[in-house]
Amino acid sequence: MATGTTTAAVTVHDVTMRYREHTALDAVTTSFEKDAITGLLGRNGAGKTTLMQLVSGHRVPTSGSIRVFGSSPYEHDAVLRDICFIKEGQRYPDHFRISDALTAAAVLFPNWDADLAASLMRDFDLPAKRNIKKLSRGMTSAVGIVIGLASRAPLTVFDEPYLGLDAVARQLFYDRLLADYAESPRTVVLSTHLIEEIAPLLERVLLIDRGRVLLDADTESLRDSAVTVTGPTDKVQAFARRHELLHAESLGGHMRAVVRMGEAQGHRAAGAAGLSVEPTSLQQLIVAMSLQTSTERASRPLAPAASLEEVS
Amino acid sequence: MNEDAGPIFRQVAAEIENAIVDGSLAEEAQAPSSNELAAFHRINPATAAKGLNELVSDGVLYKRRGVGMFVATGAREQLLKRRRSEFADQYVRPLMTEAQKLGIPARDIAAMIDEWEGQ
Repeated sequence: MATGTTTAAVTVHDVTMRYREHTALDAVTTSFEKDAITGLLGRNGAGKTTLMQLVSGHRVPTSGSIRVFGSSPYEHDAVLRDICFIKEGQRYPDHFRISDALTAAAVLFPNWDADLAASLMRDFDLPAKRNIKKLSRGMTSAVGIVIGLASRAPLTVFDEPYLGLDAVARQLFYDRLLADYAESPRTVVLSTHLIEEIAPLLERVLLIDRGRVLLDADTESLRDSAVTVTGPTDKVQAFARRHELLHAESLGGHMRAVVRMGEAQGHRAAGAAGLSVEPTSLQQLIVAMSLQTSTERASRPLAPAASLEEVS
Repeated sequence: MNEDAGPIFRQVAAEIENAIVDGSLAEEAQAPSSNELAAFHRINPATAAKGLNELVSDGVLYKRRGVGMFVATGAREQLLKRRRSEFADQYVRPLMTEAQKLGIPARDIAAMIDEWEGQ
């Protein structure tokens, strides 16, 4: 297991994507680390799918540059062979059976692992001879997962891979992804709204909001980047005023605030003020940060930081 | 692993330390690999590796090239020493904070402990 590598499989430099009046991505600069699993998070309409389409060579950006393994992916066959993009709601030709989709994928991807595909078909209970058009939402998602994993593409991109999948099938996906990733490390990017479930699998997180990068960091440092402080409202307010407040909620004389600081510092600082301190989960941090930016937009679009009064 | 309990690599390290302290992972025994930990806890292998590496830099585990990681001789004693030094902060402080809130004097707590030991 390689750790601490800083090589990028994908670099996105100053990329803007406009569709007529709408700006889907606005001067985005980021990179996807080689052989890491990155979660692409953000609210609906944030620009996640657009970014995945650009990285997979399905679209050309309005401006800026995209490099996948050193080359532009768009209409570049040598690079496209190394990319497997599992789209949300992938369309297949009429009369395509699951087995036809697998045969096509086997031709398309040089690293295709037929044994892995067969064992995943059994795991997900997929009927090979069934017409794809006749599958349920969950089964269609499972077909995408089978192709994405068995492609063993050096860059595999999943756009909301488990719509319609039940809890058992999702856990199966996590287990098989981890097992195969351990055996053959590769660059994986996946978008999802089920942050809590997927968080332990992610090495890195890219959070986008209205076409801009809000967070781009490794998951473990994010887990130690904010604490949740609770106690009497006046005490919590006084504490939050001295630090970077992300989000606050109150009930009666009681307040809960998400404050940006490491756990050790939080225990010292808030503990000394007589407040209770807990780590903030990745999901809570993402929600707090997304809410903070929408509050800023609603109240003062150009405000440098939200004050406590506005957030509470 | 718990999503609400801070960095996962620290939870992984703490779990292995617990196994060494309670004796279920003996000195000179092989520690689980990062891939085994990743599969068992459903966590990223890099995160599991980070937890193991922290134990290596603390001298609790050591690497045998191409074989894996093993519990160092003396690791248990080292961990016990550290935990004893942290005991007051981790257990006595919250006890006293709660006791103060309830108005229980320290001598009553000492009496409770004596009674507990007598049981």
